[in-house]
Amino acid sequence: MTLATALLVPCLLLAVAVAGLAKGVDVYGALGDGAMEGLKVLLRIVPPLVGLMTAIYMLRASGAFDLAAEALRPALNVLGIPAETIALVLLRPISGSGALGVGAELIAAYGPNSQIGRTAAVMMGSTETTFYTVAVYFGSAGIRKTRYAIPAALCADLTGFVVASWTVRIFF
Amino acid sequence: MIALSLLCGGVTGSLGEVSAAAAEGAQAAVELCLSMAGMLCLWMGVMEVMRRCGMLEGLQKLLRPALERLFPEVRRDRETMELIAANVSANLLGLGNAATPLGIQAAQRMARSSPGVASDSLCLFVVCNTASIQLIPTTIAAVRSAAGCETPFDILPCVWLTSLAALCAGIGAAKLFRRMGRRGP
Repeated sequence: MTLATALLVPCLLLAVAVAGLAKGVDVYGALGDGAMEGLKVLLRIVPPLVGLMTAIYMLRASGAFDLAAEALRPALNVLGIPAETIALVLLRPISGSGALGVGAELIAAYGPNSQIGRTAAVMMGSTETTFYTVAVYFGSAGIRKTRYAIPAALCADLTGFVVASWTVRIFF
Repeated sequence: MIALSLLCGGVTGSLGEVSAAAAEGAQAAVELCLSMAGMLCLWMGVMEVMRRCGMLEGLQKLLRPALERLFPEVRRDRETMELIAANVSANLLGLGNAATPLGIQAAQRMARSSPGVASDSLCLFVVCNTASIQLIPTTIAAVRSAAGCETPFDILPCVWLTSLAALCAGIGAAKLFRRMGRRGP
C-alpha cells in the first residue's frame, strides 16, 4: 500500500509526459498554461476565503461549533460521522470556499494523517457545492420548478459524508 | 456567521478569543492559498497536458454507453448526448471551468421540451453534477500537502469509493423520488 501510493504520483507524471510526447503535444507549454490557470483559480478564491475564514475562526473561538457538534452528536454517532467534522458537513453543500476554509482548518488542526483530517479531505474531495451547482444549471436553463433535484442531490451528499467516514476507518 | 459568533461568544464568555480569532483567520486564509499554490498549479498543468493528449475525447467515447442508458429520453438527441458526455468527462478530469459551460448548454437543450419545469432527465443530470466525480482531487491534495502531509494522494481510493457511492445514492434517490411523484397526487 505504501509503496503503491509512493509510486503513484511519479508514475502518473511520467505517464502523462510520455503520452503527451507520443501525441506530439507541447508538454512544457501545456503544463505552463495549466499552472497559469491554477494561479487564476487561487487569485479568485483568496478574497472570499479571507472573509470566510475570518468568520469561521471567530465562530470556532466562540464555541458555536462545539455547541452544534454537541447537539447533533447522537445523530452523527449513529451514522458513524466524526462529530468534529460537523461544520464541514453543514457548510459543504452551501458554500465551496466556506467548506474549503473549514476543511483546511480541520486538516491543519488535527493533522493531515489523522482520522479526522483524512475524513475531512475525503468528504471535500467527493462532494460538490450542491446548491451552487443546482442554481447554476437550473438558472441558466430557465427552470423554476426543480421538483426532486435538490432532495436527491442532498441524499447524495449525506451518503458521501457517511461513506467518507467509513472508508477512512476501513482503509487506515 | 459573525453575528452568531458574537452571540455564542457572549454566552460562553469567550469574546476575547473571538476578536483574536478574526485576525488569525484572515491571515490563515492567505497562508493557506500561498502554501497550496505549488501543488495546485502543478496538477492543473498535468491536467492540461492530459486534455491536450485527447484524454477528454477518449473518456467521452468510453462513457457514452453508460450515459445513454442513464438518459434514455435524450438518446435520440445526438448533440445533447455529446454535451452530456463532454461535461461528465471534463468533471472526471477536474476541469471545472470546461465542464460548467458544457453542462449549461446541455441543460438548456434538455429544458426546451418543458420550459420552466425540470424534466426527469434534467433532474438526473443536475444530480450527477452535484455529486462530484473527480479522478484526481487536486485542491484537496494541495490542502493536505500545505498542512505538511508527505503522501497527499493516499486518500485516493477512499475518495473514489465515496464519490461512487454518493453518485449511486443520488441516482437512486432521483429514480425513487420520480416514482413516488408519479404515484402521488
